Amino acid sequence: MLYALVLLPLLGALCAWIVPDNRLRPLVLPVTGTIHIALTAILLGAAPPPSPGGWIWLDPLGKIVLLSISLLFVVCAYYAVGYLAYRQERPNRVLCMGLLVCLSAMSMVTMTQHLGLMWVALETTTVSMAPLIYFNHNARSIEATWKYLLLCSVGIGLALLGLMFLAYSTYLAHHDATLLLGPLMASARELNPAWLHAAAIFLLVGYGTKMGLAPLHAWKPDAYGEAPGLVGAMLACGLVNCALLSILRVYQICLASGTEIRFFQQALLGMGLLSMAFAAVFMARQADFKRMLAYSSVEHVGIIAIGLGLGKGALYGALFHLLNNGMTKVVLFLSSGNIHRSYSNKTTDVVKGALTRLPWSGGLFLAGFIAITGSPPFSPFISEYTIVSSAFIDGRYWVGGLFLLFLVIVFIGMALTVLPMVMGAPPVDVEPNDYKDRLLTVGPPLFMMTLTLLLGVWPPEFLVVLLKDGAAMLGVLS
Amino acid sequence: MTDIIIHCAVALLFPPLLLGVIGKTKAAFAGRVGAPYLQPYYDLIKLFRKGSVFSETTTWVFRAGPVITLSATLIAALLIPLGRHAAVISFSGDLILFAYLFGLSRFFTTIAALDTGSSFEGMGAAREVTFSCLAEPTLFFSLITLARMSRSLTLSNILTHPTPAIWLASGASMLLLVGALFITLLAENSRIPFDDPNTHLELTMIHEVMVLDHSGPAFGIILYGAALKLFVLGAVFVNIALPIATGNPLIDWAIFILAMLVLAVTIGTVESVMARLRLVRIPQLLVGATILSAFALMLVLR
Amino acid sequence: MIVLADQLLVLVMLINLVMLGTSRLIFSIRAVAVQGVILGVLPGLIHPFSFHLTVITVVIILAKGIIIPFLISDAVRKAHIRREVEPFIGYVPTLLIGAVFTALSFAFAQNLPLAPEHKDLLFVPASIATLLTGFLLLTTRRKAISQVIGYLVLENGIFVFGLLLSEAMPAMVEAGALLDLLVGIFIMGIVINHISREFSSIDTSRLQTLKEE
Repeated sequence: MLYALVLLPLLGALCAWIVPDNRLRPLVLPVTGTIHIALTAILLGAAPPPSPGGWIWLDPLGKIVLLSISLLFVVCAYYAVGYLAYRQERPNRVLCMGLLVCLSAMSMVTMTQHLGLMWVALETTTVSMAPLIYFNHNARSIEATWKYLLLCSVGIGLALLGLMFLAYSTYLAHHDATLLLGPLMASARELNPAWLHAAAIFLLVGYGTKMGLAPLHAWKPDAYGEAPGLVGAMLACGLVNCALLSILRVYQICLASGTEIRFFQQALLGMGLLSMAFAAVFMARQADFKRMLAYSSVEHVGIIAIGLGLGKGALYGALFHLLNNGMTKVVLFLSSGNIHRSYSNKTTDVVKGALTRLPWSGGLFLAGFIAITGSPPFSPFISEYTIVSSAFIDGRYWVGGLFLLFLVIVFIGMALTVLPMVMGAPPVDVEPNDYKDRLLTVGPPLFMMTLTLLLGVWPPEFLVVLLKDGAAMLGVLS
Repeated sequence: MTDIIIHCAVALLFPPLLLGVIGKTKAAFAGRVGAPYLQPYYDLIKLFRKGSVFSETTTWVFRAGPVITLSATLIAALLIPLGRHAAVISFSGDLILFAYLFGLSRFFTTIAALDTGSSFEGMGAAREVTFSCLAEPTLFFSLITLARMSRSLTLSNILTHPTPAIWLASGASMLLLVGALFITLLAENSRIPFDDPNTHLELTMIHEVMVLDHSGPAFGIILYGAALKLFVLGAVFVNIALPIATGNPLIDWAIFILAMLVLAVTIGTVESVMARLRLVRIPQLLVGATILSAFALMLVLR
Repeated sequence: MIVLADQLLVLVMLINLVMLGTSRLIFSIRAVAVQGVILGVLPGLIHPFSFHLTVITVVIILAKGIIIPFLISDAVRKAHIRREVEPFIGYVPTLLIGAVFTALSFAFAQNLPLAPEHKDLLFVPASIATLLTGFLLLTTRRKAISQVIGYLVLENGIFVFGLLLSEAMPAMVEAGALLDLLVGIFIMGIVINHISREFSSIDTSRLQTLKEE
């Protein structure tokens, strides 16, 4: 059944390749997405035991990420039908196939326990997303694609070197190099500290590039800004969460080694705060609202990194935020895609009064903004609150204080961009085109927004247990 | 004693033949018959029989240039071992003397060229020193590498040290050395692809332009000195590239002579198949050669 | 056999320097192809013969030595360029920096806590030197193609290190990594083609529309 999660999207990609009709092809996406999430739901309830070699096992951490990407995909899939119906002039074969291959690789990332295989799957997600960023086929999007492809490839290459170092440390310890998580953690205390240290640095830099942690986030604003909203959502939640899971695996090994975890937490904390600082600086007066969303993504991976760096109670918050950030970003990216379509522009000079022109998309964008900045009653509030309160409980007032300060700056900066965009009167000199909110382009983000609200008000029992299990794997005893 | 006599005889008489062989090889590539092998000797005899003309603006420096150049090269020829036989003169540290004898001869060539006051010769002198600046480190790195391998500072030991066994054990660094030395050999002797010895356009010349004003016996001395320099550096190269010693002195001499002739043919071939490099590319190749030899040193030091 | 492997690694490092020194793109593509073939031969020299090994050798030579160079030179042909323009740092300086990097990687490898059986081998310094060369190419060259070549060299450097621990990377994973590399280069080739059509040049320093105002 686990393998079905990987094979099903591949099968879907094959279908998308075969179907000749531009209009019918996108239908493959929701079908695959629905089956995928049904399978995910079953697997979350009763995950199979680890495979004989120990390669494949869906552990609680994997489950959290799997849930997040499966939800993301099904929402994006329904949205894609509406979006692509509107953009019939572009062939969408590559887009559909890329999305499906990426889903397959992302599922692989969540369930594998072999770090090498995980690397391969992660690299596949990088490569499969590149043609999608280039969907609009213009000079700006090709520039973004090139930067994304080169930076992420090099970054992930460095991560491979980190894996090699890790394997070498096991070779020094017991002459039997391995990259399987189980044996690695079992023998973590005997590993050569120097090599383990080098491995941790390279893996953090490599996967950090992919995740977009500052100062390695250079590609993010460009890629998010130029990709269609749909692809932006996939990048901001799917790829980021997969890279995050890889970091979590390294975290587990460092934790098991006992000594390395201090450095790793410090590094995550530092990069997390730096990411928030960068985001706060660049988000203020950002005229391009898609780039603003990219910086928001930088900010939120920073928040998650800080949660991981703090450890203890903040871990629960970090894992929860991983889910929340994903869901809220989907809403923001999809609704911003709608606004972009309607105005054919993505700068705040032109885009004004979206609430009047597109009541649903504008409203969703506004709600998404309120949620992502951590206002109650949405779920990001709970996760951010958990992280910051745990910082104060641990007596790390500086971290907690800076965290709050950056949140406030980001809130102000984002509000300065979002509020004029949504409120006010639409510009009169720009000829409105025939784009209107439809069920398929508004329904999916609306569904996600409702879910965010629900999680904020009443998190279901199974999810709390799952998150606690996940946090336990990272060092907190529930 | 016999070896010393043979050494001196070979070093004195053999060099012009190398030029003859190179010329013949190039002629063969071009499909011509070419000048006879002994043509350089005839040229030298002709030049030595001529009278000398010296410009009034020149001083004693101009006259001393060719003589000092030749004598420095002659001493260098005595410092190196030929055909696996010990050198005539040898002492610890002579490799530095060896390297700087070339420096001395170059200094006097360039200063004699500057003495004429001609702008073309000044340009040639500037080029010559620039390129030799870049070529010199290669020679030094190579010698140091070999000195480190043989743990000796005497050229006789250093240059007779390479054996087939050493080639097998550290083939990589030896190959790097041979490559670097071959490039230096071509550059130091002003051969293609660095400089064209047969060029007739002053703007493109490096070495030839410096000796334009010399005539008669002085020019003969310069030509002979150039051939000797080719011989000396070629001998260094052959010592490293062909580490064969039979034990029989006469056979060793024969092998050496044969190897030198093969080297001449090789140079002729290189000159026939390659074009002269653009001036801006020359430093690049020379720096490349330096890096090769430095790399060899690194491998040996490791 | 180990001695031969060491000599080949010296060759790998020399190819690095050649690539730093040359401006002709076709020439550096050939150089990287030769490097790929050497990397394919290397596993056969240090591990005992097995069927798995033969397959790996063939696959690596095919991928790194033939297909990838073909893909890149195809992109070069379509973009109608032959030379790198004057890079951000000139050829001679980059060559010298490359040589210094190589020396440093030797010094660095000396101080690494390596297993005794790996102490005297050239694998680690060669790997670091190749990696750094890749970085140098990536950062100093303007043309998109040169940057792809730099990325390839970087990957080759990582691969050399991986030779020390073949058992950690099972054949399937290795094949997956190679496939990813292949597809990545393929897509980069396509992107380069589009860049040259869109900007009528593949000079990546022209890619600067996207930045903060």
